Amino acid sequence: MIFTDTINLAYTAIKTQPVRVLLIILAMSIGIASVTVLTALGESARLYIVNEFEALGTHLVIVLPGRSETTGGHPPLFGETPRDLTLADAEALYRSHNIAAIAPITIGAAPVSTKGLERETTIIGSTSALRQVRHLSLAQGRFLPQTNKALSICVIGQTIKDELFAHQQVLGQWLRISDRRFRVIGVLASEGQSIGVDFDDMVIIPVAAAQTLFNTHSLFRILVEAKSKQGMYKAVDEIREIIKARHEGEDDVTLITQDSVVNAFDDILTALTLTVTSIASISLAVAGILVMNVMWVSVTQRTAEIGLLKALGATKRQILWLFLTEAVMLSVAGALVGLFLGKMTLFVLQTIYPDFPVFLPTWAVFAALFVALLTALIFGVLPARKAASMDPVIALNKK
Amino acid sequence: MIQLENIHRYFQVGEQRIHALNNINLTIKKGEYLSIMGPSGSGKSTLLNVIALLDQPSSGRYRLNNQDVTQLNDEQLAKARRENIGFVFQFFHLIPRYSAAENIEIPLILAGIAAKERKQRVTDALLAVNLQDRAAHRPDQLSGGQTQRVAIARAMIMRPQILLADEPTGNLDSQSGREVIELLENLNQQQVTLVTITHDESLGRRAQRRIRLIDGQIKD
Repeated sequence: MIFTDTINLAYTAIKTQPVRVLLIILAMSIGIASVTVLTALGESARLYIVNEFEALGTHLVIVLPGRSETTGGHPPLFGETPRDLTLADAEALYRSHNIAAIAPITIGAAPVSTKGLERETTIIGSTSALRQVRHLSLAQGRFLPQTNKALSICVIGQTIKDELFAHQQVLGQWLRISDRRFRVIGVLASEGQSIGVDFDDMVIIPVAAAQTLFNTHSLFRILVEAKSKQGMYKAVDEIREIIKARHEGEDDVTLITQDSVVNAFDDILTALTLTVTSIASISLAVAGILVMNVMWVSVTQRTAEIGLLKALGATKRQILWLFLTEAVMLSVAGALVGLFLGKMTLFVLQTIYPDFPVFLPTWAVFAALFVALLTALIFGVLPARKAASMDPVIALNKK
Repeated sequence: MIQLENIHRYFQVGEQRIHALNNINLTIKKGEYLSIMGPSGSGKSTLLNVIALLDQPSSGRYRLNNQDVTQLNDEQLAKARRENIGFVFQFFHLIPRYSAAENIEIPLILAGIAAKERKQRVTDALLAVNLQDRAAHRPDQLSGGQTQRVAIARAMIMRPQILLADEPTGNLDSQSGREVIELLENLNQQQVTLVTITHDESLGRRAQRRIRLIDGQIKD
């Protein structure tokens, strides 16, 4: 039998049962649509987060005080054996040759005010290196100078500028943080959404000033940028050695490399995508069972026809493929409708949330079609085999 | 052309074993016109099904064109059926969703013949049964006689040497029954071996050779 004839015979058989066709296509398209939408959302979330992290620099090392056994994931906010990291520790790290920049960080919350306007916000104490390490850019003025002195100067984020210095010349203005005054020397360019820290709602001051402000000697963490990706792992070892030597031989810092964080998120989100997709594919299984059901009824109703085809010289294999082709055509039609529905849904989502990049990976499209095909073959094979193995004499006499 | 030797066919119906064909020995030569008669349950249909390769004998040997067909696999059986045997049924067995032309075309499709040649052969076949103006009609738009003529055209489309007819006039009025019989006998005159089974004595007597089956045995 010629392939196009098989298709043709299957098509004419399908055409006579429009209601069943609609039911199968509906069930299959819902399954495929939900799988594609959820895959797209999961995959987009993963890429979004991975990109956010990678934008921070791929050879970033974060030094946290305290030792905890972690290989990624969320950095612990408080170390377990608090031997403080100090500014001297940070400076000592310059002994490593693999380090490009070191940004010690002290963090705290304090009210900032000017001319009667007050706002509670996050204060970051750091050095000029922070700009390089976090890839910050400035909208106006300049960043912190290369000095460790406790200068009374600050760099503010866009939100702070808008809230406290709306429609005003901001550079050179005084800003009161807690009970101290700082002169504004720069405004950060808007970062938009950034993982972890919102630089828009933030004031950056020299680290020494921050330590005085918050009356502390310890650092929240040290951000280190390695010279290269390869140098990063050497830098990690060297940082560990240097800190150990300074902390009386005790290895009491936690080092997190940027790529381990990215990998952890990558793994988590991939697992999440797979889980969500698996749940969605239950609907595909349901659609598959419907395909089987409808094909079963179809085979039973067309028993006499099957007997006739055998009497006219059809082989078992021809009958089998005839019915499988019907199942496949129905499923693939459902899958195409489902892909269209999925694309529509994604388009609507994209319109509602333009910030979140939603996209459907090409492999998902092919996977959806392949799964529909597979479902049809798996669930269609039983009814088709029933048809193929019918005894022609008995089938013919059935009315 | 058809040689049946010691053919037995048993059916298991519940506890009971039915001996539908009991030691059938029958040789049918090319171009013969044979009728098989007998009361219902005598094994006529079973014999026809065995000859048509739709049913396999429980024991015995069946040689078709000097080839033993009791050992063939499904693929070979279908091919032998397609190329050698045309079948006409009491209840016509046309597929209701297809037109007369499409019904006639089915054996050609199963044989994998190209569309262009199929079209030509279907046109010729419709002409042969004098239904060229009914090509696009579906079975429910045809009379009983016309339907059976379409079925005969379908049976002959592969140009088989053997035409088997199971009560071909059983569902027809006498007028269209006569037309159908004349059509079949006409084909027989063109050297097609014709085997009919029937209850109808007058129809059975038209054949040159007559066989009477009783309880699965041939009684001449």
